[in-house]
Amino acid sequence: MNDKVNYSHIKGRVMKNAVVKWIFIMATSVALIFLALLIGRVLSQGVGYLSIDFLKNYPAPYIEEAGLFAGIMGSLAMISITAPVSMILGVCTALYLEEYARDNKFTRFIRVNVQNLAGVPSIVFGLLGLTFFVYLFEMGYTLIAGALTMSLLVLPIIVVAAQEAIRSVPSEIREASIGMGATKWQTIWRIVLPAAIPGILTGSILAFSRAIGETAPLIIVGAATAIYSIPDSLFSKYTVMPMQIYSWTARPQEEWQYVAAAGIIVLLIILLCMNAIAVWIRNKFQKRF
Amino acid sequence: MNKWKLLMLVAGLLLTVGVLAACGNAPGDAETDEGENASQGEEGSGEEGDTIEGSVVIDGSSTVLPIMEYLTYEYKQEQTEVETSLSSSGSGGGFKKSTVGEIDLSNASRPISEDEKATAEENDITLHEIELAYDGLSVVVSQENDFVENLTVDQLRQIFLADGSATKWSDLNSEWPEEEIKIFSPGHESGTFDYFNETILEENPMREGENTTLSEDDNTLVTGVKNDPYAIGYFGYAYYYENKDSLKVLGIDNGDGEPVKPNAETIQDGSYTPLSRPLFTYVNVNSLKEKPQVLDFTQFVIENAGAGAEEAGYVALPDEKYQEQLDKINELSEQ
Repeated sequence: MNDKVNYSHIKGRVMKNAVVKWIFIMATSVALIFLALLIGRVLSQGVGYLSIDFLKNYPAPYIEEAGLFAGIMGSLAMISITAPVSMILGVCTALYLEEYARDNKFTRFIRVNVQNLAGVPSIVFGLLGLTFFVYLFEMGYTLIAGALTMSLLVLPIIVVAAQEAIRSVPSEIREASIGMGATKWQTIWRIVLPAAIPGILTGSILAFSRAIGETAPLIIVGAATAIYSIPDSLFSKYTVMPMQIYSWTARPQEEWQYVAAAGIIVLLIILLCMNAIAVWIRNKFQKRF
Repeated sequence: MNKWKLLMLVAGLLLTVGVLAACGNAPGDAETDEGENASQGEEGSGEEGDTIEGSVVIDGSSTVLPIMEYLTYEYKQEQTEVETSLSSSGSGGGFKKSTVGEIDLSNASRPISEDEKATAEENDITLHEIELAYDGLSVVVSQENDFVENLTVDQLRQIFLADGSATKWSDLNSEWPEEEIKIFSPGHESGTFDYFNETILEENPMREGENTTLSEDDNTLVTGVKNDPYAIGYFGYAYYYENKDSLKVLGIDNGDGEPVKPNAETIQDGSYTPLSRPLFTYVNVNSLKEKPQVLDFTQFVIENAGAGAEEAGYVALPDEKYQEQLDKINELSEQ
């Protein structure tokens, strides 16, 4: 037959298709290559310094005795306060904005501002935390002040993510629920939230990952660098993993850089575990409409 | 749906526990009253005698941090009941807290300023200065640089001052190459910059812009200077010492025609001037008198600062100096 004629007819489009595909593949691989480089470098530097002792020792001036235990426990304690506080506040805010608030100029103004807050530099939240939690509420340089500061930092991200998730629940099922005689609250609790939880969790995972890697605001609200106890109350002194890693990278002796790399590996593993738990919860609740 | 309820229940419980713990702990007295911390430590054990308890809160310069970390670590081995907390928010950040009485010891890589002293006085706080070690600010170029060996203080000014006359190496010495001088300097927040600013630049503005790189991270400066034969930078002696294979340290001529390079001897005996500087910690005299753990820790600090200095790559003071300071502390605590 006359295949040739057919192909030449669409040749331009086929070409364009191939070019665009390769642009996207390149874009993806740039990100992947840098991720691979980062992980490769961190692993090659840090693996030799990873050990059980590294996980259970307190900071020390000697490389072979230095450990991340205080940082690990501090980070976990902090995130276990930050996570519920920011999730509950964030989801409630998003529910109000999406389900209850009237769509007028004022609500739109609030929405835009929440989105802007998500982009505010973290150090600004540190100053906010210092003014309010540390001084005004007289919490001092303690775990609770740090954790609440972090909650503020991640709150806008969670609000925005939760808003998107709630908005993407089809309005038909809401209407069906109302039509069956359910109240607004019943609809939210039994229909909207369960359908939105995967999206909310995905946003929250990103937010908590940011919180667990932050140093700047915590330096301001007084996280310690070297401490030989783990937090035993909300008003304990504390340190977190990135604080210790940062202090190691700033040392003049080259070997400390490798200790820092080992610290980064531990931080990455803990992040992965947190994400895995969140993905697991998300899959439990996944429902398609 | 049951799992969903369980999840909410757990989240709710976590929050309740948090709130309850917050109420139970009387947030009002958490940190502003240092005595509270001390008494918290006593709950654990009822025994009295030689063991000292309580907390010692330390903050300040990141330059001093390695020495102080050595000291808190070694102290913990001896006094297991004392909880030390060491932060590093910079010399200025430390003074902000110590001059209002929030912390017991304030590390600094520069002496306390007049303003800070005034703030302390307003709050009825006396800060007692303790010298821990010496550091020699090292002016370095790359090993690849084969023309510079020494510089005079005047030449440093020509290079680093905003209105200095040297932007090319040939401006300093006609035999040197006609290449732009690239400056690597610690950022303006750091005590290292403050010290250089005071002794060399005499508070005049430093050159900024195209060929100047400022960084709070000394390792960034090291890397920058290392790879460029026309770069010059300065930082603490430890950073030079750890990279001495790729960096060349310059002798500094204080105007008397005899350039001196920094090393343990010249820094300790003071012949490396004007760039050798003491590293300090400032102890709150009230804490010293009222809290036995702070007194004990301070004594430990002075007795062991020399070892800590060497461990961290700095230079110890002569032994007599430590002894003098120890006597002074004992005197202060008995008043």
